[in-house]
Amino acid sequence: MAEQELPGVLILDIGGTQGVLANHVALLKKHFCLITMKEFLANKKEMSKKIQSVFVFECRPTIDRELLESLPNLKVIANSGVGVDHLDVKMISSFGVKVTNTPQAVADSTADIGMALMLASARRLVEDTEHFAVDWLGVEVTGATLGIIGMGSIGYKVAQRAKAFEMKILYHNRNRREEEQAVGAHYCEKMDDLLQQSDFVVLVVNLSPETHKLIGKRELGLMKPTATLINISRGAVIDQDALVEALQKKVIRAAALDVTYPEPLPRDHPLLKLDNIIITPHIGTATVQAIHMMAEEAITNMLAVLNGQPIPSELLAH
Amino acid sequence: SNDHTNERGAQPARGEQELPYVLIDCIEGKHGVYMDHLEYLKKRFCLITMKEYLENKKILSEKIRAIYMWYHKPVIDEELLQSLPNLKIVSSSGVGIDHLDLKLLSRFGVKLSNTPFVVSTDTADLGMALMLASARRLVEGYQMAVAPDTEYFPANWLGVEVSGATLGIVGMGTIGYKMAQRAKAFEMKILYHNRNQRNKEEESAVGAVYCKKIDDLLQQSDFVMLAVTLTPQTHKLIGKRELELMKPTATLINISRGLVVDQDALVEALQKKVIKAGALDVTYPEPLPRDHPLLKMQNVIITPHIGSATEDTRRVMMREMAESIEAALAGLPVPNEVPL
Repeated sequence: MAEQELPGVLILDIGGTQGVLANHVALLKKHFCLITMKEFLANKKEMSKKIQSVFVFECRPTIDRELLESLPNLKVIANSGVGVDHLDVKMISSFGVKVTNTPQAVADSTADIGMALMLASARRLVEDTEHFAVDWLGVEVTGATLGIIGMGSIGYKVAQRAKAFEMKILYHNRNRREEEQAVGAHYCEKMDDLLQQSDFVVLVVNLSPETHKLIGKRELGLMKPTATLINISRGAVIDQDALVEALQKKVIRAAALDVTYPEPLPRDHPLLKLDNIIITPHIGTATVQAIHMMAEEAITNMLAVLNGQPIPSELLAH
Repeated sequence: SNDHTNERGAQPARGEQELPYVLIDCIEGKHGVYMDHLEYLKKRFCLITMKEYLENKKILSEKIRAIYMWYHKPVIDEELLQSLPNLKIVSSSGVGIDHLDLKLLSRFGVKLSNTPFVVSTDTADLGMALMLASARRLVEGYQMAVAPDTEYFPANWLGVEVSGATLGIVGMGTIGYKMAQRAKAFEMKILYHNRNQRNKEEESAVGAVYCKKIDDLLQQSDFVMLAVTLTPQTHKLIGKRELELMKPTATLINISRGLVVDQDALVEALQKKVIKAGALDVTYPEPLPRDHPLLKMQNVIITPHIGSATEDTRRVMMREMAESIEAALAGLPVPNEVPL
């Protein structure tokens, strides 16, 4: 098939520290004509008509009104990753453009990072290893109570893993799930109940206006002083200033965050100075396998839109 | 009650029957008995520290009937055993007994107990923690997230999946089996090598496949987990040959004893990328000398032998040790006795 017959997909860049990875390029080129932002901007007239899709990787390229207006044949924006809080889905939809994400590809690796952070925090894995004192102790994970806030696919996989550690599992979700029995999870209609009983609280919600600063001073105050807060959702789900205060005053024992607001934090941010916190650089899906699956899932979604077939993971504007 | 008004080490006599005298190394500090364990122990025993013993050997040597060995201290040698004619039992914390001379204890007719099962879940948890931390480059990631010169998080910075990968467990005792139970929930493919094959029910409960030859396990595993006891047979079980059989993308995790691995061979294998990474809760010695090459490698995580280092577990351990001592002194069957 001649290259010009393939639909054009816009990407930020190839390679480097922010561009699409080399293996993605090969995957994308099977089905699309790859156009970088640089190529697009250098030749807008010709390129703009070719672009039928945008592959958004690590929140780039930025999708704004100006870009949408300049792409008359754009049908779909496919996000690599499940969170789309960086996209104005309403605005994009108003242009008749569909938005898709990759919920399947991210689930295992993100659940794994949640478990990794919980274990690393409980057992004090990243702390200075000068200490060989026998009274240098952590807290147990096995048999402890885990409270999962947000029981979607990722939250459910966290529950499956926690069950093998004989954890008591509580969850809070917009809706109760039938599958709770299979993992022995108890529904907490009121989030307060979950916060008061949990040894580990893990945040696995989408970021939305409803979940913005879901965990603030009040919620942190409800948690046990021996509890650990783990965030694998979005930084803005936590009132970060309230978290700093809670950690400083030992209102809770510790926190482990894969996400913050912003990312990275400014270098003088108080969270960086605390010793009862682990921060990782948003690596929930940073595995060779997950990145590959995300690209494949995004491509499947894009092709479905362009071929007028049922779309596996379309996001609708509320 | 939280009554700590008793003098350290000395217990007022209770009526006619004195509490049995038990030798400990010291209280608090880097390797001492925990302050918050004292209340429980002092209800049952008259604790004598090594310092007190040495200051008053004449009287105390005949009275001491048990040694409460907390993290390998006090050190037990022939001289000590000779000077304690009424010693009945050494109760050792943790599961490992490779630090003890069993023949020596046997010669003096002294019983030995350890705490084999209480450490299991914490150690299995730590094994999982190390595997996840290594695969996902947690320590490196943390360092990047907090480093003063970090300006952005690069998109091409990746780890490897734990979910769905192959875990090879070398040593499928209590700890190894608990690891398998946990790994199953991550949909890992589980291989194991053990002196004896476990029965079919145990195997199918965790989906573990037996590898009679350790070589088969080494060749197929993405993560190799060492959970054996240290014995003459397992000393340097993993050497240059075994490391070369492993995949170049594989990670070695050690939660057993440092001496199970030929450490120099491991250093070389990591330097030459014969294997991808190492995660060690145990080394030889502990701690490693500060200029040791393992401490400088980005692809190595080392923790300070914290397999059972949780408050709850240490408390249960202490109670089990006390129970073993009480049983031995009463002439009853000793829980957790180690046959000598």
